[in-house]
Amino acid sequence: MASLHEAKAAEATLRVSGPGPMPLTLKINGKTHKLQIEPSETLAETLRTTLGMTGTKVSCDRGTCSACTVWLDGATMCSCMTLTVDVAGRAVTTIEGLASEDGTLHPVQEAFIEKDATMCGFCTPGMVMSCAALLARNSSPTLEDVRTACSGNYCRCGTYPNVFEATLAAAKKGAS
Amino acid sequence: MSIVGKNIPHDSAKGHVTGESIYIDDIPVMKNELHVDYVGSPYAHGKLKSIDLSAAQAIPGVVALYTHKDLHHNRLGPIIQDEPLLVEDEAMFVGQPIVVIAAETRAALAKAKKAVKIEMEELVPTLTINEARERKEFLDREYAVRRGQVETQFAAAKHTLEGTLVVGGADHFYLESQACLAVPGELDQLVLHSSTQAPSEVQHTAAHMLGLMQSQVVCITKRMGGGFGGKESQATHAGVMAALVAHKTKRPARVIYIKDDDMKYTGKRHPFQNDYKVAFDDNGVITALRINYFADGGAYNDLSIAVLGRAITHSDNAYFIENAELVGRICRTNLPPNTAFRGFGGPQGVITIENIMEEIATYLHKDSFDVRRANVYGLDDRNTTPYGQLVQNNNLPKLFDELLVTSDWKKRQQEVREFNSKSKTHVKGLSITGIKFGISFTNTMLNQANALVNVYVDGTVQVSTGATEMGQGVNTNIKMLVADELGIDPDWVIVMPTSTEKNNNTSATAASSATDLNGSAAVNACVKIRSNLADIASRYFASREAGIGAYPDGIKFENGLVFDERRPDNKMSFKDIVGMAYRARLSLGERGHYATRGIEFDWTAGKGSPFLYFTMGCAVTEVTIDRFTGDLKVDGVDVLMDVGKPINTGITRGQLTGAFIQGLGWMTNEELKYTDKGHLLNYSPTTYKIPNIQDMPARFNVNWIDSYNTPNVRGTKAVGEPPLVLAISAFTAVKNALSYVSGNEIPCISTPCTNEAILARLCYYESLNSGSAPAVNGRGGSRDAAVVTGGNGDSDAPAVTGGDGEKAAANVTGNGGDTNAAAIVKGLDGNQGTAAEQKGAVRVDYFNAAGMPVPAVKHGALRPLSESVARAYSGAKLRTGGPTAAGAGGKKS
Repeated sequence: MASLHEAKAAEATLRVSGPGPMPLTLKINGKTHKLQIEPSETLAETLRTTLGMTGTKVSCDRGTCSACTVWLDGATMCSCMTLTVDVAGRAVTTIEGLASEDGTLHPVQEAFIEKDATMCGFCTPGMVMSCAALLARNSSPTLEDVRTACSGNYCRCGTYPNVFEATLAAAKKGAS
Repeated sequence: MSIVGKNIPHDSAKGHVTGESIYIDDIPVMKNELHVDYVGSPYAHGKLKSIDLSAAQAIPGVVALYTHKDLHHNRLGPIIQDEPLLVEDEAMFVGQPIVVIAAETRAALAKAKKAVKIEMEELVPTLTINEARERKEFLDREYAVRRGQVETQFAAAKHTLEGTLVVGGADHFYLESQACLAVPGELDQLVLHSSTQAPSEVQHTAAHMLGLMQSQVVCITKRMGGGFGGKESQATHAGVMAALVAHKTKRPARVIYIKDDDMKYTGKRHPFQNDYKVAFDDNGVITALRINYFADGGAYNDLSIAVLGRAITHSDNAYFIENAELVGRICRTNLPPNTAFRGFGGPQGVITIENIMEEIATYLHKDSFDVRRANVYGLDDRNTTPYGQLVQNNNLPKLFDELLVTSDWKKRQQEVREFNSKSKTHVKGLSITGIKFGISFTNTMLNQANALVNVYVDGTVQVSTGATEMGQGVNTNIKMLVADELGIDPDWVIVMPTSTEKNNNTSATAASSATDLNGSAAVNACVKIRSNLADIASRYFASREAGIGAYPDGIKFENGLVFDERRPDNKMSFKDIVGMAYRARLSLGERGHYATRGIEFDWTAGKGSPFLYFTMGCAVTEVTIDRFTGDLKVDGVDVLMDVGKPINTGITRGQLTGAFIQGLGWMTNEELKYTDKGHLLNYSPTTYKIPNIQDMPARFNVNWIDSYNTPNVRGTKAVGEPPLVLAISAFTAVKNALSYVSGNEIPCISTPCTNEAILARLCYYESLNSGSAPAVNGRGGSRDAAVVTGGNGDSDAPAVTGGDGEKAAANVTGNGGDTNAAAIVKGLDGNQGTAAEQKGAVRVDYFNAAGMPVPAVKHGALRPLSESVARAYSGAKLRTGGPTAAGAGGKKS
């Protein structure tokens, strides 16, 4: 067990951020943003409030419902549980960046429309990000893979069976 | 080609998958906009002594603080205006708003919330149905439906069963919390952007409470991130708070509840406690039924009267009940006013009779399908409801018979039996339940709608109705109906945001009937426009050469083209006809109104025909229970419904599966737990578990039958709520599973059937089988808690000490452990057949053994266990020797 003295010494070496905004460079959907951000601000807040990118939704605000799912260097994470200062310089992808620049939808987005995998739509951006991330790392997933990939994404309307269908259809389409 | 009956994507689907769809919190911040929140009561019941706002006022960035004195009127409520929006002198539930705060920043708002000083005297709260009954705390009056001679039938019956079913509540858990953005306009006008199912309700409530004319307030709803009933009456609170600030400060004001607050402080599905007695013959055919409903209404009336009414009118469900006494009361408790939730009391009524069906089957050792089928409404006789409505177009027999085959019922039941005879680790259950859901608001007045259809000169169309879109696809349905009426591509039709400016005095999007009412109104508007267009088109197509005169009735609108049916080769585009009509100065915008005909109900008499038609269906569900952990798995679901002729097959399928899944949550996982001070303990998804993707059954078949003759727009039927009720089959499947391990007892369990609740039952039945004392909470019951000795020979029923079968009164006393709450079960008098009566609080604590803090939970978690004690069964052939002491005793290990 570390002594009190050691703990204090460790604390002294910590870099203290804030209070007050600090300069940051964010890479979101391939674009660079130079911003002044409060160290306490979450990525979800920065996206929604500072940048006006409201495609990312916040519901439970504690990393359980996954409505706020974005990609950080290609991996899914809850933006409501991530401090913006911690993602400086890393590649953030949001629902707004999933389609091609010419507007062509991602195969998962297409499949979600076709297979009625959306209802009220509030969970949809997060759900799509989870499913699209799955296909990026596994081009031929099983039903079980889809279950695991979306196990954190709550949908109160109960679109789950359609999410299975859509994701597997998108994978199949990508493979053909 | 008609588009109706096909599958086109939800009209917001593309916006949803790209993140473009806008919800209230996504509307860009407006100039000078204020953040609004409130400070509520810390007590479930308390007397307001004083409010000190001075410290909060001094915080930089705080713009305004309001109390009830700042409102013109302070009472709201969709039926009876009995709820003070802001506490005047007595707070009736935890979080009931007292002070509304407006601030420039969220940080200032957070500081101000802490700085508001409220002095209150804590009063004794009423937190359970039992407490309310003891204290005679009721809302409104008793409601009843009666038919025939119940008592006479009970006296003459060969078999009777009686008991109490405890049904849990549920949180709506819409992902988008309650929200409203209020924007002030000129001359005290206001525009409210609200996440509500009832824009007119928000409009007129805000106007009333601010002392404005209704015409000064516009409420707009683009969409909701889920509603499920939770935004039918309770969107008004956020709406009025935003409106108050905007009206007073002349600045835009936005209220966004955080999820925790939304869960803690808004109303839920009504918990019910239903006392029942049923008489039946050797085939399980019910001859008489009495149900006394006790609904937990929360602190104020809200929609409870209508919810209770729907429970009562759904007591029969799919089954003919010749003699019925269906009575209900609303208990007043110090919890947030319970409100509409998909099914609206219907599910709480249906579960009671389905519970009874399962118990009759177990009691008679009969196939539960056969028992239900013997009771299903007949085609030519046995076809009037207890309130006197004829069950027309009755597809229930067909549905049951078809599902028997398609679900492979007989074979699977055999497999379940075999499995259960072999497995020592798991037990399976299989059950079927039905639904006959009445469609129409039971308040006849509400069954009306209006729509505005505007056709533009390029041939495209905007439709506005009073229906609100919450994901259920009502806008897509209406879009398809309008496209079909005008014979154009649905892509030319856009359904506009719902606004009280375009559609006035609208009913809430509720009772599953938004498409029925608003779709019909939109069709009526289209009929007017078509008439105008047909008039001018008929003159255009008239031809002396062809020998045809102008004949408006012969003008057809199909595939974007218009033609005279007598000369179908001569076509004109819809756009060109519209242009022609414009130049001829004909109206290209019309309003349609629709009112459902032939429905009425009289609650004084408890008689009438309140429903236009019934949506019907049935479902088979198979479950597996882990006998060591109580873990419940739903293995298979087969749903078969009569939904008329669906307008959009994809949307219909989505509603059927989605509603069923939501019902599964209510039946299995979702358990509201409160402290003994009335604070909700599980107010976030970390502890309140709605179904997730891993809960999906491996077998999930959803189908519908061909159905004709529905007296509704395009022969469609409402689908929003009915399939939710079918998830009750999961509950009865659990009961069926437990019947394999319950010896001679008819298994009883309350909802939700959580793993803990199931485990408690398993342990209890295990103790019966082993002849030891009942296990409480799986921790090994104590012999001094409730001494139950084994079977007594003849009847094979466990006799409770003190009971001798003839006069089976049992006093089971238990030591409540740390809580010192003695469980006293006053037993059954076998001869008289009166129900066991439970007195005294039983508290069992789940957490203490693990060394965790001990919330003295009374309301949710433990009620099922304690109140299951109150059950008893009687009958000509007395099966059990006395009341079961299941789960009681409160003895700690």
